[in-house]
Amino acid sequence: MMKTDFLALPDEILLSIDKPERYIGHEVNAVVKDLSKVQVRFAMCFPDVYEIGMSHLGIQILYDMFNSFEDTWCERVYSPWTDLDQVMREKKIPLFALESQSPVKDFDFLGITIQYEMCYTNILQVLDLSQIPLESKDRTWDVPIVIGGGPCTYNPEPIADFFDLFYIGEGETQYRALLDLYKECRAKGESREGFLRKAGCLPGIYAPSLYDVTYNRDGTIASFDPRYPEMPRKIRKEIVGALDDTYYPMKPVVPYIKCTQDRVVLEIMRGCIRGCRFCQAGELYRPVRQRSVETLKRYAMEMLKNTGHEEISLSSLSSSDYTHLPELLDYLLEECSKRHINISLPSLRIDAFSLDVMSKVQDVKKTSLTFAPEAGSQRLRDVINKGLSEEVILSGAREAFEGGWTRVKLYFMLGHPGETDEDIVGIGDLANKIAAEFFDAVPKEKRVNGRVQIVVSTSFFVPKPFTAFQWAPQCSKEQFIEKAYTCRQGIASQLNQKSIKYNWHEADVSVLEGVLARGDRRLCKVIRRAYEKGCFYDAWSEYYHHDRWMESFAECGVDPDFYTVRERPDDEIFPWDFIDCGVSRKFLLQEWHNAKEGKVTDNCAEKCSGCGAASFGVGICFASRS
Amino acid sequence: MERALFIRVKFTKTGAIRYIGHLDVMRYFQKCIRRAEIDVAYTGGFSPHQIMTFASPLSVGLESQAEYMDLKLNSLTSLQEIADALNAVSVPEIRIADVGLLPENAGNAMASVAAADYAVEFRTGKVPACLAEGSGQSALDPDKCRAVIDKLLARTEIPYTKVLKKGERILDLRPGILDFHFDEERCALFLRCDASSAGNIKPIQVLESICAMEGETLAQYALLVTRLEMYTRKPAAEGEENGELIPMIGICEEHLA
Repeated sequence: MMKTDFLALPDEILLSIDKPERYIGHEVNAVVKDLSKVQVRFAMCFPDVYEIGMSHLGIQILYDMFNSFEDTWCERVYSPWTDLDQVMREKKIPLFALESQSPVKDFDFLGITIQYEMCYTNILQVLDLSQIPLESKDRTWDVPIVIGGGPCTYNPEPIADFFDLFYIGEGETQYRALLDLYKECRAKGESREGFLRKAGCLPGIYAPSLYDVTYNRDGTIASFDPRYPEMPRKIRKEIVGALDDTYYPMKPVVPYIKCTQDRVVLEIMRGCIRGCRFCQAGELYRPVRQRSVETLKRYAMEMLKNTGHEEISLSSLSSSDYTHLPELLDYLLEECSKRHINISLPSLRIDAFSLDVMSKVQDVKKTSLTFAPEAGSQRLRDVINKGLSEEVILSGAREAFEGGWTRVKLYFMLGHPGETDEDIVGIGDLANKIAAEFFDAVPKEKRVNGRVQIVVSTSFFVPKPFTAFQWAPQCSKEQFIEKAYTCRQGIASQLNQKSIKYNWHEADVSVLEGVLARGDRRLCKVIRRAYEKGCFYDAWSEYYHHDRWMESFAECGVDPDFYTVRERPDDEIFPWDFIDCGVSRKFLLQEWHNAKEGKVTDNCAEKCSGCGAASFGVGICFASRS
Repeated sequence: MERALFIRVKFTKTGAIRYIGHLDVMRYFQKCIRRAEIDVAYTGGFSPHQIMTFASPLSVGLESQAEYMDLKLNSLTSLQEIADALNAVSVPEIRIADVGLLPENAGNAMASVAAADYAVEFRTGKVPACLAEGSGQSALDPDKCRAVIDKLLARTEIPYTKVLKKGERILDLRPGILDFHFDEERCALFLRCDASSAGNIKPIQVLESICAMEGETLAQYALLVTRLEMYTRKPAAEGEENGELIPMIGICEEHLA
């Protein structure tokens, strides 16, 4: 059998499981290197199923970066789906990387990107199937260095025991130094702990096992100290200064199977100027940095050519805030229409410009428009600093209806700090006003299906570290459910209620997400216990077992409410305080107080509010303001 | 009006790619055609798609030396250029083996497929006793194979119960088996059978029938099947019931291989 034909799983298994395509690699643009010429093997893992993991841009960027290093071969790993998971356990088949199909445990590094809290048990699944000891303290040089990255590592403490290292911040900057240190330490026969100790002194790298935490009698943190004097007390996030001058995958891997993101993804900028107080990404990725429009045009064409995708999507936290959006879209509209390529435009503010663009790329009769007011009343939108007024929403909706759209999606969160029943009822009011706008704007004879369709979706608010709401209490499950009920009643009482559909999320998962988001090291044993009870794929509602999680908390003697429902005092030491994300704690606290007073804060394009991110010396902090 | 330009592409599907399902092979080619910048024709509307048709879908897990896809083009410089451009952007497991220009009146690949050739081999340890050498289950015994095949073909009817989503259906496989013999060179069973949309027969159905005839059950995942060729029929000549079978590429006025 030819070497390239080798598959880790025998035919009998591949034929008996769902979607074997997830496990065979061999995709277009997958990188295969000659093992004899490689010094470092890096397994890059997204701990969820292939179709989700393959849709993640960050991994594609790092995959491209690592494989541009001549001495390194980076391969991909995803969570086996539940059917294969069971087979691998029964037959003791070690988890393998897709490109070489060889066991993960033979690699030098296992990098895990951690995008959401509900994947924590899948991290344990990946380690377990890889036959790597679950906890860092039990590992030897026989297994890879396990390093975590991604947004959840801004509070890595609930999963600290499972990782040897965390990389805090954007991956493009320090990995080369880390790999060089690794090679040096291995060549010198350094101990594993010795390597971790040195790695923990690199910028942005956190070695959790080399820090000690003590707690006060009330359960809050008393102290957090490095074990060795040379190790940093604060770990500052890493960022890329100039986005035009870094890695970007010109030849992303093209999956066979249809993935969530089955398109070219063009990251136009990082960061967001808006400063919504509930939004963690808005703080973590500060300061806003844009790619030049010339670079983006070139990237777009090259990536379309190299992948053959029939769609391109712009990626950023708020694409409408990209300075050169009209120029970029004009270019893409022209080039893409020649090639029968669709343009997908998520996260656009609804205004005359975006409606014009959307009407050119979408069938207005078939698509819906999305607004994310996040809160039902102006009062509460001021609390959360969501700079979107009812006027703007209604005029945007009216223009859309006049343009032929008949479907509108509205996204809200329930459970913002200080939310009242009036705020919640305001959701129904707003939806009703939008419907009224339709009947007013569109004369009867022009109504395509006779009526407008408004879909209101609410999720439950989970306070996150490094936001103004990191001090805020989270609602209990009962409060969440009551709020959803109030919201539903509010919608049902509207004149146009027949045009409004209401969806709400599960409350159980939001409670657990809240515990894990602001948790500390004492949660490691709870997560492990839950995993041992069979929890994994918690992000998939059909596999979420709330009862098993609650049992795990009880058995470990950990009270989940400690992490959620209490309001934290201004001076409490948080588990994530040792991380410096650029935005200062002082600024966030001021924002928390502003929120309580309903005072709005200007966005970065209007005025600098002195959040602290200017200390990176790049991006919007140094741009001239209009 | 300008004459519509249709080409027929013959390709292989081997190695790990045997696990890519039919719909994903279609998606693969859509992307492949864009990477190769082939001047393919699109449908109109808000979500235009390439005008392409595939001959009989190949079951997941099977390899093939001869899959077929028809494409409508806007322009064509040379067939060789199409083959080269596609091969340059394709994975090694999918190779363009031939490209031909379809005559104006040719039916599309899906509608005109009539029969297919298969090489049937067995995974180690899964050869049924009625075909196996000695008492082992790893190699085929040519004489046993010939005898059992003759016995099967001597039957006037080969009823096969096909399990469908809604209940069962009994098929008669016999008329659809066009050739079935032991291939000495390959040391495999050679099967030519009906592959039309109305009467498609799968190799596994024939092998299950053999086992049933001999009082055995075919082991799960026993077969290693490779599709070798697909055929269409020429129009029937006078006095003929069916037209002559020719490889699907053979209908093309000109083709590369």
